[in-house]
Amino acid sequence: MPALLELRDVEARYGPVQVLHGISIAVEEGQVVAVLGANGAGKTTTLRAVSGTVRRTGDVLFAGRSVGGRGPDGIARLGIAHVPEGRGIFGELSVRDNLRMGAYTQRDRRAFKTDYARVLEHFRWLEERRDQQAGTLSGGEQQMLALARALLSRPRVLLLDEPSLGLAPIVVKEFFRIVATLNAEEGLTVLVVEQNANLALAASERAYVLEVGRVAVQGSSDELRRHESVRRSYLGY
Amino acid sequence: MQQLAQQIVSGLALGAVYASLALAIVLIHRTTHVINFAQGEMGMFTTFVAWSLITNHGFSYWAAFATTLAIAFAGGILLERVVIRPVESASPLAVIMVTIALFVVLNGLASWIWSAETRNFPSPFPGVVTVWGVSLSRHEVGAIAVSLVVLALLWAFFRFTRLGLAMRAVAIGPEPSRLLGVRVGWMLALGWGFAAVLSAVSGMMVAPIVFLDPTMMQSVLIYAFAAAVLGGIDSPLGAVVGGFALGVGINLLSTYVDFVTPELELPVAFAVLIGVLLFRPSGLFGRAVVRRV
Amino acid sequence: MRSTPVRFGLFAVGAAVVALLPLFVSEFRAFELARVGIYVIALLGLSVLTGYAGQISLGHGAFMAVGAYTTAILTTRYGIRDLWTIPLAGLLTGLVGFLFGFPALRLVGAYLALATFALAVAVPSLAKYGRIEEYTGGGGGLLLNLPATPFGLPLSASDWLYYLCWGLAGLLFVAAWLLVRGRIGRALRAIRENELAAVSSGISLPAFKTFAFGVSAFYGGVAGSLYAITINYVNPDTFPVGLSILLLTGVVVGGLGSLAGVVFGALFIQYLPLYASDLLDWPLSRLGLKIDTSAPGAPAVVYGLILLAVLLLGSSGAAGSLARGTRALTNSLARRP
Repeated sequence: MPALLELRDVEARYGPVQVLHGISIAVEEGQVVAVLGANGAGKTTTLRAVSGTVRRTGDVLFAGRSVGGRGPDGIARLGIAHVPEGRGIFGELSVRDNLRMGAYTQRDRRAFKTDYARVLEHFRWLEERRDQQAGTLSGGEQQMLALARALLSRPRVLLLDEPSLGLAPIVVKEFFRIVATLNAEEGLTVLVVEQNANLALAASERAYVLEVGRVAVQGSSDELRRHESVRRSYLGY
Repeated sequence: MQQLAQQIVSGLALGAVYASLALAIVLIHRTTHVINFAQGEMGMFTTFVAWSLITNHGFSYWAAFATTLAIAFAGGILLERVVIRPVESASPLAVIMVTIALFVVLNGLASWIWSAETRNFPSPFPGVVTVWGVSLSRHEVGAIAVSLVVLALLWAFFRFTRLGLAMRAVAIGPEPSRLLGVRVGWMLALGWGFAAVLSAVSGMMVAPIVFLDPTMMQSVLIYAFAAAVLGGIDSPLGAVVGGFALGVGINLLSTYVDFVTPELELPVAFAVLIGVLLFRPSGLFGRAVVRRV
Repeated sequence: MRSTPVRFGLFAVGAAVVALLPLFVSEFRAFELARVGIYVIALLGLSVLTGYAGQISLGHGAFMAVGAYTTAILTTRYGIRDLWTIPLAGLLTGLVGFLFGFPALRLVGAYLALATFALAVAVPSLAKYGRIEEYTGGGGGLLLNLPATPFGLPLSASDWLYYLCWGLAGLLFVAAWLLVRGRIGRALRAIRENELAAVSSGISLPAFKTFAFGVSAFYGGVAGSLYAITINYVNPDTFPVGLSILLLTGVVVGGLGSLAGVVFGALFIQYLPLYASDLLDWPLSRLGLKIDTSAPGAPAVVYGLILLAVLLLGSSGAAGSLARGTRALTNSLARRP
């Protein structure tokens, strides 16, 4: 069975600077896959290449079919939800309006009501804050909002870009717990980019380690945890 | 007392005209960060279209009004896609020059097609109406009402519809919007469409007062710019409040202050514009922006 | 970048052509070409401000108006000889521009364009203001009644005006050229490229920006003064906002940041409107459309479309330098206020 999401020999550049030098990654349906690496290794760019935010060469396949030259909005409509670095919250809109935007690609109004209820089960507190201006939420709350918003688009694949950045450990833990629940209960496929390798390996089944725009190591998360160089460089022991 | 009431109503009527055009300017600036110098000419041109529909094609006023709004909407979208889109990512000077070129083309086209002579434009609200013992121009009252209705409809669109929400989101963050599946380019075009509609309303409401000719909207544009800046260039509420305030303020000023004759009204608006830009650039309702250096 | 001797050579050739032209053209043409000379002066000023210093001005026509009215008032009311009013008009307008530079310091990009645009629309109104009507002649304007050729020179009126305008244009062209190649020009260009960087290099933004406005206004004032002398008449509608737009178009089409391009721009401004209908006739007749292209407004459509084409296609020639110029302006304008 082909992987749900696949990158084949993807290269990407920002102007004259080439950041990805031929990346190949496969994410099976229902898996949580992590992408690790130091700053500047190309982790965020990898996600951007998938969501069409950055120009790339090479191929990105979704459910076995190439996504072609689709832009970010086209990719989103396919069912790939990208929660960007910095969360991308609409600060001046209310929490509720942010969530409504999550369901932009969904036509069915009645389905929104049930989706909304279902998603908010994981984020009960968002319901109370629904009229609050999203920009006044704390960093952790915004990250949760971004996740909830992405979920409302009924994604088949969720792309998470450095969700732990700037957040307190307890909040991060809760975030990944929710992701794990979604993965276990609803079979949500996740590709998560993380600088915190411990966290990422604990939350995922498979992982890729990027170094200077290339895949240096890949394997199951358990294997990687025991891998000599990975331990030394990224896990600190 | 009668005179004061009349002058206030006159001021509000002109204010309604300025508010509509100011809102158009703010709408475009919020979404595309462009100051559209051709906004007034778009209104002038569509008003000429309405005139032509009524005079040459026998349309009734409201039929012409509705048709013109539809044409304006389509025209606005077309202009954004064809003329603005190619320079969206270019330097601000290039975009400004494009809107100025548009100004020139629309102005010239209007003179060419309909000639530069001044003509009457009908009002659907002729005559005088007496309210609480004060006789007021029915057109002025009507202009205020029509403008308020259009503004309310637009507000409702942005507040309650999916598309309206998407447009608000795009104004705040086009990139995150894209990631949620919004076709940002078309949202911008829609913004231009609505702005064109607002300009058309502004033009059709002011034409019966100042008479229709190709230069009709040039001073209105200055008042609208002053109102938009006064209210805060990114604040729709500010544009509307600013427009009404400016209309009433300047009208009262020229009526009751000897020093301020009708010829000085435009320079006064200019002074307001410069004053706000210098001393409170964020306007009354805008966010404060710090300019270093 | 052409080397200096080549440039001198070109300039000398140009000067010779300009000097000898009246011998070969009709009086009417000479008069027309005098106008081109006036545009050259106006565009030189605008070029310094917008092309070199990167400050967008849509109000240059207002500066011309100030210069024109100064000359008109000085000659009609105070009987001063027209020629002496030229430097006076220039200096007075220069002062006005310099003062305008202070508030302009706080305005960036589109907002400066906005403010200058409003200035251009508001100034004609000001001229009609009742309180100063006795000076400005209100809506009716002022008739100058100037003697044709002074000092009993053996020239026709048109030829005299031609040499007056082009003589000053040549002089002011050299002055502008000296200005932009020196330290001042470098400072202005630095400001255009990146204001923040310029300030960190020790360039005083207030000093140079107000200076740029002052110089630009001086040139505008001289151009306006000559305009009044040439036409012998000024009224509030002589300098509508359309003129400011036309002047900026001339600078853009001639190439931002190019002094030589200014001559091309001036010719463009003067002649395009006149030949616009011929330009339109060709495609229209091909399409079988019988449209009257001599109607007012048709030339504006043509020059507007050409401006659009230049901006949208932005590749070679004048457009290429526009692209280069605008890229340079991007830095200073990219920060939104």
